[in-house]
Amino acid sequence: MNTYATRTRNTRPEPFAVHVGLAERLGLAHMDWPLTIGAVGLIAFSAFTLGQATRNDVPGSPDYYLNRQAIYAVLGIVGMLAMTRIDYSRFRELRVGIYTFLCASVALVFVFGFAARGSRRSFELPFFSFQPSELGKLLLVLALAGFVIDGARRGSAVQRTVRYLCLGLAPAALVFLQPDLGTSLVFVVATLAVMYFGGVPWTHFAVIGGGLAALIALVLVIAPAVGAPALKGYQQERLTSFLSPDEHASGAGYQQNQSVIATGAGQWSGRGDKATQTRLDFVPERHTDFIFAVIGERYGFMGAAFVLSLYALIFWRALRIVTLSKNSYGILVAGGIAVTLLFQTFVNVGMNLGIMPITGVPLPLMSYGGSSVIATFLAVGVLQSINVQAHLSQKGRFAW
Amino acid sequence: MFARNDHMPQGSRLSLRVAVLGGVAVALFAVLFFRLWNLQVLSGDEYLAEAKNNRTREFKVIAPRGDILDRNGEVLVDNRTSLALQLNTARLPDGPAEERAELVRLGKLAQMSLRQVRRAIREEEEVAAGAPVTLRRDVGYDLVAYLEENQREFPGVAVQRIFVRHYPHGSLAAHVLGNVGEISEEELREKPYKSLEPGDEVGKAGAEYSYDRFLRGIPGLTRIQVNALGQPTPGGQLVSKSPTPGDNLKLTIDADVQTAGEEALASRGLPGAFVSMNIDTGQILAMGSNPSYDPTVLDEPTQAQVNELYRDEVLAPLVDRATEGAYPTGSIFKIVTALAALENGVITPDEAIYDGGALKVGTDTFENAGGVANGPVAMARALQVSSDVYFYTLGLDMWETNELQEWAHKMGIGRPTGLDLPEESEGLLPSRAWRDQLYKEGLTERPWSAGDNIQLATGQGDLQTNPLQMAIAYAALGNGGRIVTPHVGLEVEDTAGRVLREFDFGIRRKFRIDPAYRQVVLEGLHAAAQEGDGTAAGVFGGFPVPIAGKTGTAERPGHADQSWFAALSPYPDPRIVTIATVEEGGFGAESAAPAVLHILEAIYDKQASEVSSSGGAE
Repeated sequence: MNTYATRTRNTRPEPFAVHVGLAERLGLAHMDWPLTIGAVGLIAFSAFTLGQATRNDVPGSPDYYLNRQAIYAVLGIVGMLAMTRIDYSRFRELRVGIYTFLCASVALVFVFGFAARGSRRSFELPFFSFQPSELGKLLLVLALAGFVIDGARRGSAVQRTVRYLCLGLAPAALVFLQPDLGTSLVFVVATLAVMYFGGVPWTHFAVIGGGLAALIALVLVIAPAVGAPALKGYQQERLTSFLSPDEHASGAGYQQNQSVIATGAGQWSGRGDKATQTRLDFVPERHTDFIFAVIGERYGFMGAAFVLSLYALIFWRALRIVTLSKNSYGILVAGGIAVTLLFQTFVNVGMNLGIMPITGVPLPLMSYGGSSVIATFLAVGVLQSINVQAHLSQKGRFAW
Repeated sequence: MFARNDHMPQGSRLSLRVAVLGGVAVALFAVLFFRLWNLQVLSGDEYLAEAKNNRTREFKVIAPRGDILDRNGEVLVDNRTSLALQLNTARLPDGPAEERAELVRLGKLAQMSLRQVRRAIREEEEVAAGAPVTLRRDVGYDLVAYLEENQREFPGVAVQRIFVRHYPHGSLAAHVLGNVGEISEEELREKPYKSLEPGDEVGKAGAEYSYDRFLRGIPGLTRIQVNALGQPTPGGQLVSKSPTPGDNLKLTIDADVQTAGEEALASRGLPGAFVSMNIDTGQILAMGSNPSYDPTVLDEPTQAQVNELYRDEVLAPLVDRATEGAYPTGSIFKIVTALAALENGVITPDEAIYDGGALKVGTDTFENAGGVANGPVAMARALQVSSDVYFYTLGLDMWETNELQEWAHKMGIGRPTGLDLPEESEGLLPSRAWRDQLYKEGLTERPWSAGDNIQLATGQGDLQTNPLQMAIAYAALGNGGRIVTPHVGLEVEDTAGRVLREFDFGIRRKFRIDPAYRQVVLEGLHAAAQEGDGTAAGVFGGFPVPIAGKTGTAERPGHADQSWFAALSPYPDPRIVTIATVEEGGFGAESAAPAVLHILEAIYDKQASEVSSSGGAE
């Protein structure tokens, strides 16, 4: 392979010239294939599941969700490949623009947003509704990592920590006000992840952790007690009901109870088309937030464990890319993306299995939804880019 | 290309952070895998059961019970639909306080007090535990709509469309028709009800009971997939089996004749019974018992109504006196004595016996009713004027043999008739063997005596029989010795009126009656009913259809005389036997004979003209 390094346009072609392969030309030669397989495997499983489980959901068009998810998957994969070929380091330079776009798009939802079930989260576009906060997860990581690198020498450690927190929590607060509790939590976690790999001292995390604990206590216990609830009633109930599902069996805990029943009923090998829990509306939002319960019921432990394994694979490769990154920006971005994916996966699956509260966090690459699917693929593409750049730098080559 | 930054984690510091994060990730995935394993593999069974329980609701679609028609197709029983508020007690909330609150709310819905709701539940538990409790019938559609909207607030409560028996003719033929009711726990264990479930309705008495398997029909089943709100999902019908309505039962009963019989008895205001039967086939044209009752009362009887039905053992409206009565019959029994004596050569048709008004046997004197002396009488004349002394003499002549009992037994006295209704009493035919056995056991103070047989010869003494048994005996006389099977079931038809099955009960036994003896007895009965000073000539003298009939006046200790009349019509080739009895109705000609006349008028659609009463007492 070192022949490439010495090859120049002006030299006479060597007799044993190796032809540049298609993968090389597309910039895919140094993609992380396990990561790609994990991501494409998940979206394929998602489309497969939706195709089977939502046939009766939209009257007259049994493949409604399947077709749409397939289109999103294709768009997402194209986006991932494009992202793979871009040197992610460019985003560091664009951090201010990205950050501004992030905050603006999230804020504009309040003005032009499409209201669904009492919250404004997305723009209604001709073919689909675009939810800026989904893409925002990636944008926040890209921008914040840039700010961290950029401001690494300015101010004291405490000042830096406070600055990062403010930069991260501002969009998180906007999303929280939409209201979208789940996504705002993802923003907070993404911020903490970037800070974590940005070298914020352990002591600061201890303080932040303590502060978070106090905040949770304030929001969930103290504020309602003094009559100034910070959360809407349903949010409060959702967050606390998982602690005692039976008590809320017909209220907020109902969805969770049904989801747990569905998953459990799948047993070892699943119920296939007999999966009545998820086919008959017992489990709500079965094509989005509760798709894991659908998988659990239809395909059993084998299917659900397979899906979990793919997430584990993705996270492992993402973490590996963190260690391979050619620069600090790559470390922060890869770390941020990795933790964001891990957090979303754990919160969503945990919610489906009844061990985490109900927060509207989609399961990456499984839940139906264009914004989430495409944004996640773009994030995976950024990971690929970091991987590709790392390989190229080791070989002394730069991107095209 | 980047300035390396000392604050950035590098080398071992980065490795530490990556390792910590990796450890956290391993822990999180372990939690998820463990939870998944726990849910699906370890306790999957429970969740599967819960899911199955979740998804379907079975709705039983009750099959309408078949109609019961009279022989001309007149509807005697059909159904009306009613909406019933039902409670499935298994789905009541746990805990006494919650259950109580639920019951109170239910009570408000059904306009019942908590105590009434609890009693309804308790009563249902006694009859058939586990069956839905019907709190109220005939609820309105507004309640249905309310419940549908608030289904989740009332777990286990449903409004079911039920069929309720409807009787267009009111209490007509109540004893024959019988009633339906919820299947009992004992019945559920019985073979004919194998396929039934608690809460199902079955025939409890009368034809409803006997012909239950034809009338019942097969319930349909709709198993509907329901969503989380308990609402049926579109296209979610898993199984739908439409109910098969029960078949219609056509009875041998003629509603007009039945009406006439019941009117005749009711007009007397006294307890009594009647039966009218085809003597060749055993088809019962009419059969009734007074007092009667309104069958709808049995659907949901109140305590007051129950008290009314069982108030008085003597009046007991539920008892079918035509088949369950246990009476002496008085002189209508004399045909049995006559045939026994003739066939056994105890007497010839022309041999006269002097009737001086009384027969002295040892220290006992047996008198004619009213002390009348008829002079010398032969068989036909003895029947016409109902000479007791003549038959006392025959009874005396046969007291040491079993000849009278043998003939009575042959003719069906004191034994089941094989009627196709569940209610029938065997009665008692007094005999030497019977009384001697009682005497041996010390239950009576004397063994069989001549007096016993003398009493029996005139239908008195210990004899216990009922109008139906006497109808069988008269039918045998009329048809020359065939014992028919009395029945009310004629045929089973489907809802379109096609005959699915005709019942042929056949004859139970046969014995020979010398036609000459049969003729002389019939002649005597014809004379008694319609000639000269016959005992019922005052009643039937003006009736255009010739009949053979016999009055009876039975003495019952502690009661006024019981009136009987038996008629074979038309004379001399009878087709129909008609018997009536009126408790405490006095002489046969006084109340039973007019009742029979009223029935015959309905059968032949002819009125009797007035005649001057010249009929004598027996």
